[in-house]
Amino acid sequence: MTPHRLRAALRGVPDPRWLDAALRRVATDPAAIARLFATAARKCGRGPLPDPPGWTVDEAARALLLTALPAGHAAAAESLYRYGDAAEKRAVLRALPLLPIGAECVPLLHDAIRTDDTRLVAAALGRYARHLEQPAWRQAVLKCVFTGVPLAVVDDLAGRADGELAAMLAGLAAERHAAGRSMPADAADLLDRLGAGSPSTTIPEA
Amino acid sequence: MRIFDPHIHMTSRTTDDYERMAAAGVRAVVEPAFWQGQPRTSVDTFVDYFDSLIGWEPFRAGQFGVRHHATVALNPKEANDPRCRPVLDLLPRYLDKDGVVAVGEIGYDSMTPAEDAAFAGQLALAVAHDLPALVHTPHRDKARGVERTLAVVAESGIDPGRVLVDHLNEVTVRLVRDTGCWLGFSIYPETKMSPPRMVELLRTYGTERILVNSAADWGRSDPLLTRATGEAMLLAGFTEDDVDRVLWRNPVEFYGQSGRLDLADLDGLRG
Ligand SMILES: [Zn+2]
Repeated sequence: MTPHRLRAALRGVPDPRWLDAALRRVATDPAAIARLFATAARKCGRGPLPDPPGWTVDEAARALLLTALPAGHAAAAESLYRYGDAAEKRAVLRALPLLPIGAECVPLLHDAIRTDDTRLVAAALGRYARHLEQPAWRQAVLKCVFTGVPLAVVDDLAGRADGELAAMLAGLAAERHAAGRSMPADAADLLDRLGAGSPSTTIPEA
Repeated sequence: MRIFDPHIHMTSRTTDDYERMAAAGVRAVVEPAFWQGQPRTSVDTFVDYFDSLIGWEPFRAGQFGVRHHATVALNPKEANDPRCRPVLDLLPRYLDKDGVVAVGEIGYDSMTPAEDAAFAGQLALAVAHDLPALVHTPHRDKARGVERTLAVVAESGIDPGRVLVDHLNEVTVRLVRDTGCWLGFSIYPETKMSPPRMVELLRTYGTERILVNSAADWGRSDPLLTRATGEAMLLAGFTEDDVDRVLWRNPVEFYGQSGRLDLADLDGLRG
């Protein structure tokens, strides 16, 4: 994802001049972002964008506002997340991989993954989660399976899934099996691909 | 029966309540920021509270098909606490949020100078943010509290049609009904206001600009008393349209003045 692609996707919003003006304003007056970020959904809309898939109008508009800042992206992201409503927090999380920052916003991922708001958990597992240490990342993937978040939201799942994750998923599958419940299809597929498809052979010894 | 509870503190309620409310026809609620039963000691705890009102609680409500909005303010009780007052400086940030449909609960508890200042200041915030105001009236010394409340509202310059004066009863309703403000009634399991008394008030004053809420919170209260009031209205000869006006269209009209009420894609709205 690139800011350029989001910008193109937002050409059709009902009031494109508001967004143009807001982006120019943020570039010269960074403090203005707090209000503009909060009001962006009312000005631009909340519906899904046809392209890029998986993005809504408000997320894309807010992510663009963050990218338009001249400097201080990490501090702005933290503040907008801290004082944001659920949709704003989600937009911050989705914007992180687009910002010129290192790993300094990882604490936001920890916060989001700790919540029980599945929209935030899902948004925390995009490309920026490459900065997330592997144990936390595995727990987050497992939480997705627990709470019904589709694993398609997890960036680089195939590349990062390892034997330890397979063992954790196998344990969950065994518990579900014992309770007469099933695993979500995407998690069962992942377990198969990781070569631990049969829970009976992989139940860790207690 | 479709029900909009315009004043209920869901943070204090269980998922059983959400289930029973949804089954009873409650499709939308407004949760005002208020006192939580014990003193808060810092501004940060308000930040976490407001965060919940615009994040976690709407998510929780959504799992039961209930649309959740909030009002945000420093409540009158804690306006007296210097540890809490700096939250006034943070309010503008929250008053910009999509889910915030009014400034509230503001008003009086003990009618102190600190409450005067917080009340007037937050009415000015409502005007500045183009939001309605939800005004709590005191439980003690109520009639004089309502008089003073109305004087402050008049002085603030806010359009009275954007002010809801809440927790009224047979005595205080007479003070408010000709001011142009909206009239709120909180129905409780005991004391304060009951469904039969509410029906009598509706007979006397009509259904215009009247809102009925459960004000359910952490104390003894019942989130289904909105529904019970609707049923009492029908038994007393009011029409389904009257009930719909009081329990749905009136709160939608009042909070709709914020321009932020979002009731799209809710099931059962033709109920
Ligand atoms: Zn209340």
